[in-house]
Amino acid sequence: MSATSPPPLPEGLVAVVKQDCPTCVLVAPVLEDLAARGDLTVISQDDPTFPADADWVIHDDDLALSWHHEIETVPTLLRVTDGAGAERIEGWSREQWENFTGIDALGVDLPDWRPGCGSLSVDPTRTDELAVRFSGSVLKSRRVEIAALEDDWEAMWDRGWSDGLPVVPPTEARVLRMLEGTSRAPDELVAIVPPDLVECTVEKVAVNAVMAGCKPEYMPVVLTALEAACTDEFNMHGLLATTMPVGPVMIVNGPICEEIGMNSGLNLLGQGNRANSTIGRALQLTVRNVGGGKPGGVDRATQGNPGKIGLCFAEDEAGSAWDSLAESRGFATGASTVTLFPGEGPRLLFDQKSRSPESLTKHFAEMLRTHASPRMVMQFETVLVMSPEHMNRYRDAGWDRARFLEELGAHLMIDGADIVAGAHGIEEGMPDFVKDMQLPKFPPGGIHVVHGGSNAGLFSAAIGGWVTGEMGSVTVTKEIVR
Amino acid sequence: MTTVLDPTGELRPEARERVARPESLNGLTVGLLDITKPRGNVFLDRVEEKLTELGASVKRFSKPTFTKPAPIDLRHEIATSCDAVIEALAD
Repeated sequence: MSATSPPPLPEGLVAVVKQDCPTCVLVAPVLEDLAARGDLTVISQDDPTFPADADWVIHDDDLALSWHHEIETVPTLLRVTDGAGAERIEGWSREQWENFTGIDALGVDLPDWRPGCGSLSVDPTRTDELAVRFSGSVLKSRRVEIAALEDDWEAMWDRGWSDGLPVVPPTEARVLRMLEGTSRAPDELVAIVPPDLVECTVEKVAVNAVMAGCKPEYMPVVLTALEAACTDEFNMHGLLATTMPVGPVMIVNGPICEEIGMNSGLNLLGQGNRANSTIGRALQLTVRNVGGGKPGGVDRATQGNPGKIGLCFAEDEAGSAWDSLAESRGFATGASTVTLFPGEGPRLLFDQKSRSPESLTKHFAEMLRTHASPRMVMQFETVLVMSPEHMNRYRDAGWDRARFLEELGAHLMIDGADIVAGAHGIEEGMPDFVKDMQLPKFPPGGIHVVHGGSNAGLFSAAIGGWVTGEMGSVTVTKEIVR
Repeated sequence: MTTVLDPTGELRPEARERVARPESLNGLTVGLLDITKPRGNVFLDRVEEKLTELGASVKRFSKPTFTKPAPIDLRHEIATSCDAVIEALAD
């Protein structure tokens, strides 16, 4: 991330050095030789009189030149035009220095080659401080000072910033590091976040991602998830306001899953993987803190579910016999995507005895019928997280996704007479006019199959949805912008 | 001392004067907003009867879906055509 405009380097040949570097000390006679020829400025990071107390030596005492011009090694020799050093070489190599300067017989008494040392501007003990000093001004959020006698975590809790679990203090240095994870500018608008309809910048997402415990490389997923959550179709406001126990369920597809270390295998819906655990939480913290969506405020969930802390997982695409969820929703193979589903907590689909796809499919249908209530039809969708061992039944039989959904759908047609209000002595149910109809449990396209889990265990999972369609929430998939 | 960045939307509340409470509903127009939850209409039908008895004229409105905030045009119409409003929130 660039900061305010960098201070220009002096024109011509420039060497950046520090006295505390044996290679720089070694090449000091060469630097004096080049300076004597009138074509060199030396920038010293530490000792203002190294390699000489002379007007061709500049002291980079605040490391502004070194930091802005991304000096990583000393000595670095640059050719500067218009204040910027486009060409540069690092360390000492007589051949390279001669070629670079066009001057023969440089440092003939020196060894042919010596590696350089680390620049002070990339010293791990200084990088945070330098980043804040030189690019902290790009951060627009209000600074909140936590007093020395306050506990950071207690102070953040007292301000209402936490979901109840500890949060990482979003210091300027941490937020700047988080912003390194995206190519988007800190002040770029990401979304208007419900329920307060607040404009949310990349910076505010980064602040909440730090608090959630994210690594910078998760940022593109978090940003895309927020965009998806704040669409009119997904209706995050309604998801908060409803008394039902639902929240945004995030499914990630594509190469980014492996790149950032997401879990699509053993315990993928559980704890223990940093990316899975913190990406969903970063979205929820952003909705809470930026959008103002808090339990007891606009969030009116009667009971809620533990997934509302953040529920995020990846699909095991490599181990699947079928196309991925993202591909089934029209995205190209190789695209990285986030799918947001308005869902409740995952539940077990138990089947240890089915050996044929027919048996397993019928049993899935029997279990899925109970989503929300066996009497509720066509109003809610489902995410079926199919385990590898269950998937093997379909792989072995040559069933593809379309065949599975067709067969499953056929077993999910329900007699209206069984589910009208009052049927079998139960007052809840569908209106009386459906009593002579056959009704599908799920609306068209309402079964989203994702493959994941460990390769041992004849268990799958299902995540029930909230009111679907225009009336409620539509599942949204977006391609991840890096 | 730790300096952290404010994670909130940094909203500043804006104080607004409330509309003065009417002395009587007689002759006033009262809007009834049905959020379209089941049986909200039953409740509002009864409220309409009572308001009419008090001499108010009643205008009925409804939201397209209870899951989303009322559209801004609907809110504007209620605000400009009614003296008071009652919202039927739940089932």
